[in-house]
Amino acid sequence: MKHHFKMPAFASAIVLATALASAPVHAAGGGIEIERQDWSFSGPLGLFDRAQLQRGFQVYKEVCSGCHSINRVRFRNLVEKGGPEFPEEAVKELAAGWDYQIDAGPNDDGELVDDDGEFFTRSPLLSDAIPGPYKNDKQAQAAQNGALPPDLSLITKARNTDYTGPVWFHPIHMLKDIVTAYQEGGADYLYALLTGYSSQAPAYKRDNKGKLLPVKEDDVGSDTVERCATVTHEHDEGKKDVCTPMQEGMNYNAAFAGHQIAMAGPLSDEGVDYKEDASGKPVAPLTTDQYSRDVTAFLAWAADPSHDQRKRMGWLVMLYLLITTVLLYYAKKSIWKRLKKH
Amino acid sequence: MAHHESTYNPQGRWAKWWDERLPVARLMNTQFVEFPTPRNLNYLWTFGGILTFCLVAQLATGIVLAMHYQPSGAEAFDSVDTIRRDVNYGWLISKLHAVGASMFFVAVYIHLFRGLYYGSYKAPREILWILGVFILLAMMATAFMGYALPWGQMSFWAVTVITNLFSSLDSIIPGLGTSIVEWLWGGYAVTGKTLTRFYSLHYLLPFVLTGLVVLHIWALHVVGQSNPTGLEIKTKADAVPMYPYAVSKDAFALFAFLLLFMWFVFFAPDYLGHADNYKPADALVTPSHIVPEWYFLPFYAILRAIPEKLLGVLAMFGSIAVLLFVPWLDRCRTVRSARYRPVYKWFFWLLVFTCMALGYLGAKPAEGVYVFWARIFTAYYFIHFLLVLPILGLIETTKKPPASIAESVLGDVASADPSKAS
Ligand code: HEC
Ligand code: HEM
Repeated sequence: MKHHFKMPAFASAIVLATALASAPVHAAGGGIEIERQDWSFSGPLGLFDRAQLQRGFQVYKEVCSGCHSINRVRFRNLVEKGGPEFPEEAVKELAAGWDYQIDAGPNDDGELVDDDGEFFTRSPLLSDAIPGPYKNDKQAQAAQNGALPPDLSLITKARNTDYTGPVWFHPIHMLKDIVTAYQEGGADYLYALLTGYSSQAPAYKRDNKGKLLPVKEDDVGSDTVERCATVTHEHDEGKKDVCTPMQEGMNYNAAFAGHQIAMAGPLSDEGVDYKEDASGKPVAPLTTDQYSRDVTAFLAWAADPSHDQRKRMGWLVMLYLLITTVLLYYAKKSIWKRLKKH
Repeated sequence: MAHHESTYNPQGRWAKWWDERLPVARLMNTQFVEFPTPRNLNYLWTFGGILTFCLVAQLATGIVLAMHYQPSGAEAFDSVDTIRRDVNYGWLISKLHAVGASMFFVAVYIHLFRGLYYGSYKAPREILWILGVFILLAMMATAFMGYALPWGQMSFWAVTVITNLFSSLDSIIPGLGTSIVEWLWGGYAVTGKTLTRFYSLHYLLPFVLTGLVVLHIWALHVVGQSNPTGLEIKTKADAVPMYPYAVSKDAFALFAFLLLFMWFVFFAPDYLGHADNYKPADALVTPSHIVPEWYFLPFYAILRAIPEKLLGVLAMFGSIAVLLFVPWLDRCRTVRSARYRPVYKWFFWLLVFTCMALGYLGAKPAEGVYVFWARIFTAYYFIHFLLVLPILGLIETTKKPPASIAESVLGDVASADPSKAS
């Protein structure tokens, strides 16, 4: 392919890109900047860390499972390769002692309900889906003041992060994400969500034009400030900024869209006891930060149980393709050489 | 040159017996072994072969997926999740199919712009080109219906938004739009019924597509391939037999393309999709941002650039329909290829940039400055085809191409690369 036809493209691209980039970008869907984390499973070489998945499952079980199901995951998955890889016996016990029962179906007499009219239930088996606390969404909402704790089986795939940088850099950013195989947007979001709680919404003060200006927590002192979950800036002259205060029973979260979430911060330091190593110290720090990382890794696996197998196979496939492509290139070259003579 | 005597010589009794009854081997030999291809084709001419591969790959993975998929509103989402988790290599097959659809469009857009740059649509290749446009339409319909099948939030809402567009036809003939929409939905709202009929059509259309591709390749083999100079094959020296020359080049290009394809499949399988489609469809919750797959974004931007719904719909479909007329809109008859059209070249790249910008804007909310730019680029899109192509064709001073394809490759240095000879 000749390169001479690229110049005009390049020039026109620059002209128009500058035009586009210099245009003011406002109110672009309210994207929240989410910091990217270093995960053991980041990038094309990253794989899950077994110990972390095991700790993450412990956090899920002891904290999140009180409100959230992961009903696309089966107990046997916890044993399978590529996951937490708990011993089979331990998971059998775990299932037998699980807090929630599953519908057992009709008994030997063909009856569906017991004398009180309740459905028969039984403990789950290795092959069963991990049951959550609620029978259905209605029951969940009734128990959670109308809010619905979503099933977490696919949560890291069902969330992502928004690009918040300048327009001109966006294409480069996208290219970089393709080359580095960035797929951890959901995990980054989840970590940001779990660590993004504050006891109250940020403070603002109005200037004499009605604009709301942020006030640092240390500077609040005895001043009267407004606490706003979100602030809508008005561009028109003479219009005041609008402060949306926190609603009753909601919690401020920096990562959540709208910053008001019904789930109270589920994690706190030392809330989960990790097992201890030989020297009597816990295997990982007992901090909100560590719990958040671990449970996020676990849920990333729950959403993508073939992850490790996929990446391992991927390298074999790439290697095969690369070698074949090179061979085909030389084959093509030698075939076309025959022509040069005439 | 496309028509030439077959030199196929059946070896042995069986081969002769077959050849007298159904000469498939002879046909294959003439069309895919001896077939003369211009000797100066560049790698942009390998995308037709790559597209043929994509089509076959989509059929193969799709047929396997259909064995496990449940086309009902209640089960679709779960069945797709089960394919990923519990079917042997289901995660691989479903990703090959989903990423494969995107790669199909990557290849088809390169193929199409190749045609626009080198004037491949000009006589005698008008029918070949028009078949291509119908192929593109069939691909789009197939991909759109396929995207509905996982029945996630984005599936559901994309179906809702796009099918609703047809209701705008009510302003031409009252009741027409509503009837079409109800017919598409199979009722008065998007439900599992809509999903089931989309599934039926998603299985049907690829075979229509296959039929169109056969015609496309047939038409190609009647008129022969064009090439970067846009000159026709005149002597034997201009051409090489398809096998092994074009075939070895196509094979290399296909594997290079597969490297990109598999990178996405294995390392960035969700990059081209949308997170909202991992939430089950919910008619009561509208996603904050409804966006189609990337390959529809330029068209989506055109749709939303126009404030009036019916006109927006017409512009969106018009943006594809206008391609049908390109062979006649382009009035430049002296040369085919942009190599010898110093001014057209600039407009071509402006069109490429316009389409990319529209793609970018299609992913943005339809508000403020985004709408402004979407209108500018939509305007240029149509100006390019309706004004630039006809007018420029008449007034542009073209450069003189080399005397023959062979000369463009073998001639002295100056004539070997015509762009360097002023
Ligand atoms: C006391 C009950 C409760 C516990 C315990 C709990 N959650 Fe939640 N969670 C909720 C509720 C209720 C919502 C819905 C919030 C809303 O929509 O405002 C929610 C929402 C979420 C969401 C969705 C946020 C979004 O982007 O839509 C995630 C993710 C989540 N929880 C993760 C977790 C994790 C991980 C844990 C364990 C560390 C956990 N939750 C523990 C009640 C709980
Ligand atoms: C399923 C999709 C398609 C398949 C499988 C396909 C297949 C092919 C093949 C095998 C060739 C010959 C090799 C080559 O030139 O690359 C070709 C040529 C061509 N195709 Fe397509 N095609 C497809 C879509 C399209 C579309 C959408 C268009 C345009 C609207 C188009 C227009 C053309 C033209 C003009 C040529 C001749 C190019 C030349 O010889 O210069 N095709 N196609």
